[in-house]
Amino acid sequence: MIQVNNLTKKYNDTAVLNIESLEIPKGQSLGLVGNNGAGKTTFFSLLLDLIQPSTGNILNNGIQVNTSEDWKPFTASFLDESFLIGYLTPEEYFYFIGDLRGQNKADVDVLLAQHEEFFNGEILKNKKYLRDLSKGNQKKVGIIATLIGNPEVIILDEPFANLDPTTVNRLKKIIKELADNPNVTVLVSSHDLQHTVEVCDRIVALNKGELVKDMLTSKETLQELELFFAV
Amino acid sequence: MFAKFIYLEWKSFTRSASFASSVALKILMGLLVLYFTVLFLAMGVGAFYILKKMQLDPLMTVNKFLIYYFVLDLIVRLMLQAIPVMNIRPLLTMTFKRPTIVHFSLGKTALSFFNVTHAFFFLPFSIVLLYEGYDPLSVILWSTSMFALVYCNNFLNILLNNKDNLLAVFIAIALILAGCQYYKLFDITNYALPFFEALFHTKWVFIFPVLVLAGLYYWTFNYLKGDLYLDAGLTIKKDIAKTENLTWLNQFGTLGTFLKNDIKLIKRNKRSKTTVGASILFLFYGLIFFNNPTQPEVMHIFAGIFVSGGFLFTFGQFVPSWDSSYYQLMMTQNIPYRGYLNSKWWLVVIATVISTILASFYLYFGWKIYLTIVAGAIYNIGVNSHLVLLGGAFTKTPIDLSMSKGAFGDKKSFNVNTMLLTLPKLFLPVLLYWLGSYLMNPKLGLAFVALAGVLGFMFRNVVFSMIEKIYKKEKYKTIEAYKQKA
Repeated sequence: MIQVNNLTKKYNDTAVLNIESLEIPKGQSLGLVGNNGAGKTTFFSLLLDLIQPSTGNILNNGIQVNTSEDWKPFTASFLDESFLIGYLTPEEYFYFIGDLRGQNKADVDVLLAQHEEFFNGEILKNKKYLRDLSKGNQKKVGIIATLIGNPEVIILDEPFANLDPTTVNRLKKIIKELADNPNVTVLVSSHDLQHTVEVCDRIVALNKGELVKDMLTSKETLQELELFFAV
Repeated sequence: MFAKFIYLEWKSFTRSASFASSVALKILMGLLVLYFTVLFLAMGVGAFYILKKMQLDPLMTVNKFLIYYFVLDLIVRLMLQAIPVMNIRPLLTMTFKRPTIVHFSLGKTALSFFNVTHAFFFLPFSIVLLYEGYDPLSVILWSTSMFALVYCNNFLNILLNNKDNLLAVFIAIALILAGCQYYKLFDITNYALPFFEALFHTKWVFIFPVLVLAGLYYWTFNYLKGDLYLDAGLTIKKDIAKTENLTWLNQFGTLGTFLKNDIKLIKRNKRSKTTVGASILFLFYGLIFFNNPTQPEVMHIFAGIFVSGGFLFTFGQFVPSWDSSYYQLMMTQNIPYRGYLNSKWWLVVIATVISTILASFYLYFGWKIYLTIVAGAIYNIGVNSHLVLLGGAFTKTPIDLSMSKGAFGDKKSFNVNTMLLTLPKLFLPVLLYWLGSYLMNPKLGLAFVALAGVLGFMFRNVVFSMIEKIYKKEKYKTIEAYKQKA
């Protein structure tokens, strides 16, 4: 589904990302782990054509992302709060995204009803604009919004950060369900090794922009990763 | 302790966005500041002599209207002067004593622009009084009282700032007083005058304003000190949200989706509300030009452009910065650039049409004047709407929607490209109008202007493709810029 070829990103001759080759087949769920500055967000930004690669390219379902916009209809993402529109209520935001993805109000309502537990009663009908929600609740809105319109590629940057323990478990359930769907490719980045290993079929570790580990999840994966990141 | 505070203030001052601009802009700003300083000084000095020339006693006339001066000052402060409490949040847990923090924040308000500007009037006026041989001691006591009153307003503003509706009450009081005076029902100045006169002529009356000031300072100090908690005085006000579906816009498809969003954007944010408010003022711009023999006739079209173009100029010039805080979302969603630009274009066009209809009161000045406005509107729709979108591709200033500041123009959004674009926006129609008037008569001039608008409208698709290309080229730079402080 996603193919990375000789991708590098440099700022003033300092390489922040350098991935020679990476292929993510359709239906796989990939966890991207690494320390701060490892290049996780840079990689996602490149994948979403928010920054330009210095060399190389990324193909999303055969479409080169920095030359065509045709990957947008089947790709959904939530990187940070700059993906939220602060002056809308959560409902309005969901319907807005729904409109853009060709879903009517009823479709969106069905999806929201499925995730009522995840929202924990703090999101819908709360008379608050998104800008006034707490960081965690904002994240809940952003994550669920990516599910609108049955996208085939879902990209989540640090979805577990800022969430309470109960919500983290509920989110894991949601991501696992997505991962089980053979039509959906999920990309998740995280600092938390355990969460990532639990929900992903495959783990890729980045360090200072280089791909240092790439493995399918097994019983030993977590141990191996912990050893790698040990001080 | 205070040295640390001053260090922080200095850093925040020198690192503020307006200082980070280029040298050329700094020089330009410096010149502007100088210009206004000279202007105010001239007003302070000139006021005395102008009043004298009008056969009025300068000091008494000033004293007579001081009551209005101070009421208006308070209104302006309530509207615009923000109380600087937000930036004390990080200091609360540091080893500063609470009173020190409060004294410092109050001291800081004393240096605010809203206090300093008064000095530009009162200081030169007082100096002229001295020069003209008024009793020095009286002059000094009088000006001391004036500054005490200015600072009374400063602290009153802090005390009253969080109370809703007070602004409306004050405006109502000012209007009623002015109305009563105009219709000679009741003249407040007759009652205020003896007090202000006494400040000058009776040596001990100045004690009152000074005592009131001291009292207000003490009161404000206690008020703020008791309120220095995150859930009390330092809360950020949250609005009660109401979900609006605006379903009637659904019939316009994607365009409707964006229009819905833009309507909410305008309604729910301080900055955009102020901007739209300012654009209404443009409607009255024509009053300066029409039926004013001192203005050359060719300038009528200038006014015509402005009357209907208020929204276009104030709101339009910041497209796409209005969406700066969630620009990354827009760029990853299933949105073709063209649809996005198209919706902004329609918004501008709808606003221009509404302005033109509202401007129908110019019919009072005759058909010719209104035709000028209509021709201007056609030019705005056909040509200027595209130019404004084109300029937007180069505007890379993120907008903080929650701030009302900067609504009247942002220093940073000045750049060569947008400056150059104002030429066709404003001077091309003047040129066309002049050409038509020169060849035949003003009617042909108007026809030329309108024709240019129609032509622009006809080539809309070509122009849009061009603009779209430029936006795409600038995309990464724009995302980068909006990330700076979105």
